[in-house]
Amino acid sequence: MNDMTPITTVKDWETDQEVRWCPGCGDYAILKAVQRTLPQLGSDPANTVFVSGIGCSSRFPYYIESYGFHTIHGRAPAFATGIKLANPDLDIWLVTGDGDGLSIGGNHLMHVLRRNVNMQIMLFNNEIYGLTKGQYSPTSREGTKSPSTPLGSIDHPARPCAFALGAGARFVARGFDVSKNLPDVLKAAHAHRGAAFVEIFQNCVVYNKDVFDDFAQPKGAEDRQLWLEDGAPMLFAGGTRGITLNHETLRLEVVEVTDGDWQTAKVIVHDVTNRAIAHMLVEMPFGPFPMALGVLYDDPVPTFDDMAIADREHAVAGKEPNLARLLASGQTWTVSGTVDESAGHPARGMVSK
Amino acid sequence: MATQQVDAPQDAETPEAVVVRFAGDSGDGMQLTGGQFTLSTALAGNDLATFPDFPAEIRAPQGTLFGVSAFQINFGSRQIDTAGDAPDVLVAMNPAALKTNIAAVKPGGLVIADTGEFTKRNLEKAKYTSNPIEDGSLAKWDVLAFDISAQTVEAVKPFGLGNKDALRCKNMWTLGLALWMFGRPRKPIHDWLRAKFKGKAELAEANIAALDAGHAYGETAELSGPLHQCHLDPVPAAPGLYRTITGAEAVALGLIAGARLLRLPLFFGGYPITPASAILHHLARLKEFSVTTFQAEDEIAAICAAIGASYAGSLGVTSSSGPGIALKGEAMGLAIMTELPLVIVNSQRGGPSTGLPTKTEQSDLYQAVYGRNGDAPMPVIAARSPADVFECAIEACRIAVQYMTPVMLLTDGYIANAAEPWLVPDPEAFERMPVEFLTEKNAGDQLLPYKRDERGARPWIKPGTPGLMHRIGGIEKAVDTGHLDYSPGNHQAMTDARRDKIAGIRVRDQQVEVGNRSGKLAVVGWGSTYGPIHQAVLRARRKGMDVSHIHVRHVWPLPANLGDLLHGFDKVLVPEMNTGQFKTVLRDQFLVDAQPLTKVSGQPFQIAELEAAIATYFDEVPGNAGGEEIEPNLQQLPNPEAGHDDGTTPRDLRMMHERDN
Ligand SMILES: Cc1ncc(C[n+]2csc(CCOP(=O)(O)OP(=O)(O)O)c2C)c(N)n1
Ligand code: SF4
Ligand SMILES: [Mg+2]
Repeated sequence: MNDMTPITTVKDWETDQEVRWCPGCGDYAILKAVQRTLPQLGSDPANTVFVSGIGCSSRFPYYIESYGFHTIHGRAPAFATGIKLANPDLDIWLVTGDGDGLSIGGNHLMHVLRRNVNMQIMLFNNEIYGLTKGQYSPTSREGTKSPSTPLGSIDHPARPCAFALGAGARFVARGFDVSKNLPDVLKAAHAHRGAAFVEIFQNCVVYNKDVFDDFAQPKGAEDRQLWLEDGAPMLFAGGTRGITLNHETLRLEVVEVTDGDWQTAKVIVHDVTNRAIAHMLVEMPFGPFPMALGVLYDDPVPTFDDMAIADREHAVAGKEPNLARLLASGQTWTVSGTVDESAGHPARGMVSK
Repeated sequence: MATQQVDAPQDAETPEAVVVRFAGDSGDGMQLTGGQFTLSTALAGNDLATFPDFPAEIRAPQGTLFGVSAFQINFGSRQIDTAGDAPDVLVAMNPAALKTNIAAVKPGGLVIADTGEFTKRNLEKAKYTSNPIEDGSLAKWDVLAFDISAQTVEAVKPFGLGNKDALRCKNMWTLGLALWMFGRPRKPIHDWLRAKFKGKAELAEANIAALDAGHAYGETAELSGPLHQCHLDPVPAAPGLYRTITGAEAVALGLIAGARLLRLPLFFGGYPITPASAILHHLARLKEFSVTTFQAEDEIAAICAAIGASYAGSLGVTSSSGPGIALKGEAMGLAIMTELPLVIVNSQRGGPSTGLPTKTEQSDLYQAVYGRNGDAPMPVIAARSPADVFECAIEACRIAVQYMTPVMLLTDGYIANAAEPWLVPDPEAFERMPVEFLTEKNAGDQLLPYKRDERGARPWIKPGTPGLMHRIGGIEKAVDTGHLDYSPGNHQAMTDARRDKIAGIRVRDQQVEVGNRSGKLAVVGWGSTYGPIHQAVLRARRKGMDVSHIHVRHVWPLPANLGDLLHGFDKVLVPEMNTGQFKTVLRDQFLVDAQPLTKVSGQPFQIAELEAAIATYFDEVPGNAGGEEIEPNLQQLPNPEAGHDDGTTPRDLRMMHERDN
């Protein structure tokens, strides 16, 4: 998918900084996946910027040998927007966490998606505040016991992909830290021109250990993971089960598929541009259904940065940036008197240097 | 200010300055009247200052109190620094205009009212129970009440306009009368009208006829009524091209000029708030000057995007007013930590919280100087007047880039809205300061992103530059390398380096505006108190008081010689539109016994108030024992609540919501 001629190797993307995540943290696997993906994208470290907020996940830029900006809690999308508007040629990867992106920074995440600023947004969802030592987060499941919720949390969790789609995202995908498919998901995100949102389930081994095991553990993964592919039927469990749409209830259902005859079972063919189905996929509850993974939705529209450039070109067309004329615009009058003959401008010499 | 200082004795017969306020319904064209009267004042060589209360584009219901639009001009034969303590003349085009403005007028001042609009319905709309023109309630003032509407309709009759169009010429009739009062030629206005109504000759001629009729009326009315002519001599002004400029315009122009002198594209991130929005509006129309404007989702995003743009090699600028500046605090800290250039413009308004959105105050000085977590030093520059903002903005851009630091530029609601003449500068006359980005490793084969130059500034490195990849962020940086470093010695070293860099910023030595470098009393001001302090000190000196005026532009770091200067005076008085913030800074920095004079009514200081305060230090001056209490004029300026928001919000929408928050 979208491979380019590599001008770098994995090694070129490694920094000399000591990585400070806890041993076994899912962030390591994501870091590796990204470092493996970048050469395949033909990316140039000098032209690549990793921008992050605050959290364990947001330490990410320190470990990638490119330009990196570790900003403040929740605001990375705003910084990234400014960077992109100032230099649209830069390739921007945004790294955020479930707390960073959906709690303190929910507003900015909504707006960067709605505006469709061209960048890849990776939200590391470990369903916990890792850096601040394990408080429950906006994505923690109901009943999560944490230092701040000793009896279990009572909030209803946010669903990152549903949030993204609701905010107007034109690319929504899902993966998890140790998945071998993660690089492909990242490549698809990179290929999408516009804000590409990727939720990456990430194992916080210290404060929320193995909460994704129900679908992520290798054993029986086939039965619990639905890897979506554009133009392919939504099949899982080795092709023995599929997802169909009940035309009466207008709800998704799991159907048995016999002898690979998914057509008869009316299994849906994934169309990444079908926004209605995307809405159903992001809301599809795990348990009765498998976890939908891969590219859930991908339907590009003009990006904010491209539109800003066009808007500027339109605004400046036929206009000359003449500062002297601009300063002298509006209601003017002349006070006559002796003007220094050598001066081309009546005001020359009157202003402080 | 544009004009030279004139320190002439005051003559009771011919006033040296006159304050005129034009007030009418927002559909009456008062801003146009004011604008043209301003131009004629400028052409007559008088100095001036104006305070417009911008009308909205869509009109409020006619005749209502909140539909009033006003324009105040102070002009004279001496330097004018303020929009005036109180109007000498009020032109009230309807009952609502009279109601909302009359209290401001000087006792004995002249009130001109259009009786044609004082109908029962309009009186009710203005919440008058009886007609103020007839019930004696205006006895304090000279009242000239007559039917301007009828006079105008009569004057434009030959042009066959409908009644509505005919009445629209009322403002020109009024302008004609005002031109007569101050002995001004009509020709420039004739020319302007012909140009404005090009291709609509009958409208041009009708307006000219109305103007002439108003002028002629003055001549006949003078014989009997309170109306008389008044002549003010021109003020000697430096020759050159002048224009009027508001503070908000000057911020926009100054930022553009600053960015161009630095050869940088300008990125402006903003979020609407009164009175700062006008800067965003102005810049949004000037994209041809390499300007990108970004209306963010909130003030935090606005500053963060601006910092992002600076990181990527633009000059990032953000602007807001008190509450929005408070939201930006954390991001300012990041800009200080990552040592990126940034200009933050704070158009101060009354606080705390939402406070007084449309009123002026200087109460964000602590916020500007001290208002961040950690030891987070940041330069602060305060502009004194609309015209002064231009240079201050250039200075802010220069410091931001040369010292790799965020800089705060303070203006306020008064400066943002007020207009004054400005000797248009030649952009060529400013020193160019092209920026050099780092393009190669700066320590042999090593890159040191936090290696400091002789100013203490680190290099500016644009992402996209080959070979200079590095990481920055808000965690404490190791000296030189910029790697994460929490060690105690390093934090001490970096905190000191950040402090020293800001403390070492080169700012011009403090000058004395008026008076001497030592003496009995120094009146020390900053920001928009410049005008009234300047005039008050001039007047006090004319009466023989040994008082000097010191005006500080660089609020942080303070000019190096300021402490010595202040110690040369027996007393130091610091008038401020807050509860004494700069006074505290001066005491802290120089151990000087600075005394506060504070005012937080939302109205600027009157010259008379300051004169009285100064006088209390000079009981020994003959005829001056005690000083006197001055009643503050609570409507010294037209009330911007009547429709202020620089004309871009539909009036009917603003009626439904709490405005201007
Ligand atoms: C303004 C502000 N508030 C609070 C914090 C403390 N803080 C740091 S990280 C964090 C939560 C991080 O959670 P998440 O985004 O899920 O990242 P994770 O550590 O789980 O990767 C908080 C609350 C902060 N740094 N700044
Ligand atoms: S606290 Fe959790 S998320 Fe943070 S580094 Fe440790 S394991 Fe990873
Ligand atoms: Mg988390």
